[in-house]
Amino acid sequence: MKVRSPLVIVFCLVVLIGCTKSADHSKGVYMLLDTSGTYSGELKKAQGIINYLLGTLQPGDALAVGRIDTGSFSEKDIVAKVKFDARPSVANQQKRAFHKMIDEFMGSVAGSNYTDISGGILQAIEYLNETGAGQKYILIFSDLQEELAKGHIRDVPFQLTGFKVLALNVTKLREDIRDPKIYLERCEQWRQKTESGGGKWDRINDLDRLEDIFAPRF
Amino acid sequence: MESLLSITSMPYLYLAFMALVIWLAMYFARKPFHRSMTSMGRIIYNGMRLAAASVKLAEKRLAARNKEVLLNAGLETAERKVEREFDRISVAVQRDLEGYPQVQRKLTEDLLKIEEDYTKAAEIPQALPDWVKVIDAIANIKPSGDRMVINMLEDIHNTLIDQHKIALERHRRDVAERHTLLSRMLPFWRGVQKTLGNVEKTITNLSQRSKIIDRYMSDYEKILIQSDLAERQLSSSSLTQFFISGIVLAIAVVGAIVNFNLVAMPMSEIMGGNSYIGPFRWADVAGMLVVCSEIVLGFYVMDTLRITHLFSRIESMEDSKRHAAFWVLFGCLLLVAGFESSLALIRDRMVADIEALRQSLAGVEPDKSAISSIPKIGQMIMGFILPFILSFMAVPFESFVSSSRTVIGILSVWSLRALAFILRLLGNIGFYATRLLINIYDLVAFAPLWIEGFIMQRMALSKGNSSSVTSTEEENLDVSSLMENRSQNKEVAA
Repeated sequence: MKVRSPLVIVFCLVVLIGCTKSADHSKGVYMLLDTSGTYSGELKKAQGIINYLLGTLQPGDALAVGRIDTGSFSEKDIVAKVKFDARPSVANQQKRAFHKMIDEFMGSVAGSNYTDISGGILQAIEYLNETGAGQKYILIFSDLQEELAKGHIRDVPFQLTGFKVLALNVTKLREDIRDPKIYLERCEQWRQKTESGGGKWDRINDLDRLEDIFAPRF
Repeated sequence: MESLLSITSMPYLYLAFMALVIWLAMYFARKPFHRSMTSMGRIIYNGMRLAAASVKLAEKRLAARNKEVLLNAGLETAERKVEREFDRISVAVQRDLEGYPQVQRKLTEDLLKIEEDYTKAAEIPQALPDWVKVIDAIANIKPSGDRMVINMLEDIHNTLIDQHKIALERHRRDVAERHTLLSRMLPFWRGVQKTLGNVEKTITNLSQRSKIIDRYMSDYEKILIQSDLAERQLSSSSLTQFFISGIVLAIAVVGAIVNFNLVAMPMSEIMGGNSYIGPFRWADVAGMLVVCSEIVLGFYVMDTLRITHLFSRIESMEDSKRHAAFWVLFGCLLLVAGFESSLALIRDRMVADIEALRQSLAGVEPDKSAISSIPKIGQMIMGFILPFILSFMAVPFESFVSSSRTVIGILSVWSLRALAFILRLLGNIGFYATRLLINIYDLVAFAPLWIEGFIMQRMALSKGNSSSVTSTEEENLDVSSLMENRSQNKEVAA
């Protein structure tokens, strides 16, 4: 009995340490901003969403904002990225700095000729996998109208297992208004692409619904 | 049924044949069926009765055990009360009667002084000398005209007046001295009266305490002889304690939750906000640990003060060690209270920081005029006081635990009683259900039974008196079966 008691304590400690995982509870969010000419006017709304995310995400979570332009599969297109510190006071300072960077970006953003959404998603997958977050979100702030420049190949299948892809503020184009089938087909195409990669797809045009997804854990 | 009928071209005949076969089968199987059903009824009845008796026995044992525990607890409480009264008497005796020799000395001194003064005051002032009367008579002789006699008488008269004045003054002085002595006695009288009043108060107090002890001893004796009245009183007292302490404990739990909320948020600043143990954040677990440690410290403090008696080891500790343990534990509690107060300050700053961040994200300038230090001070005070309030949780907790033993015991006895009743009921239902089945069987097989009865009647008529012996045997059999049924009925009724 005397020999067993320390063993039981050690076993309990090992179990406790084994349970101590922060990754499973942390969130990683990558937001893609469409800066193409047809959509750049909507960026003000995107800033509101980013502010909402900054107010909602907790210490230990990760947030990055990337731009969708002609060739989005590039680290250069990451506008700002941060992994919040475990201490809330430090995390708040990081949020302030992030907010400032986004403000500066919004003031200087230039419209792009092409819209490489797939490249942006691939970049987001790469970034979020590196963060090791337990819950991974890719927010696509775009009209989902992809226009690739000549020579750009994006036939790589997405590896989206454990990812949730949210299309935000998917605006209707002129052709969509004339024929809604085009709009629905476009959304459906992205849904299929996401789900075939093992991810979950959702489209949110009412931005208040974001609160249900990113509500605080307490 | 239709498929069965379709196997023959004459279904009604087949049906009648089948009915005949069934009736015959039922007629021949009647006695075995009756016997098996009766046995089954008895098995159910006896089995359930046995189980009910066993449960009843367990209930009695539990009730006896409950009574034992209740009376022991009552004895312990009564002993504690008597002990406390004796302690109080001891304190009163030490305080008041320990100085009794001094009181006695003071009284003796005062009485001696009074006696001395009284003796002095008892001395009568000196009266006028007797020769004054003679001189007075000479002085009153009428002058005869002789100058020498006149002068002499005048001298005597003047001397007498002077002597009279002197004597009067001396008398007055003596009386005044006597009055002074008497007035000096007054404070001593009062002192004696006060001292005797104090002694009387002490004696009255002791007398009252002794009456209380008498009452407690009477209760103790009642418990000791294990009277039903004492058991009922103790049981009622336990139930009251259970509900009151339960309510107080529930309020204390709310206090603990409030305390936890005060602590959990700033703990994330210390422990980090992103590490988890299972589904719980480390910061929350640490916050809960702080609250629990406050409660545990409170339990220890209350035990070292002998307000509660949760830990026998602390109770049996030497007084000096117990005092030392109390001060150490109190110091720890004070430290935890200070720590929690500082956490409350951190919490206030964190909330302010988060609010400022939200306002800046929303593009609103923070309103500095609305910032007040009152909530901060309030939180700090609350953080400091709550650990001490939680430490008093030990008192209702002890009461709840001790009374819950009685309550659980009573509930267990009730449930065992109910179980015994249900088992007996099931036994009776089983017994009468088999009787009912027998009767239904006979009802279904009425045709062969009727024929049997008819034939038997005819045979009895033809045989006449010669078969009286046989009929007597049959009657005996019927009577024995009737007796058996009656005995079964009696058992069920019992």
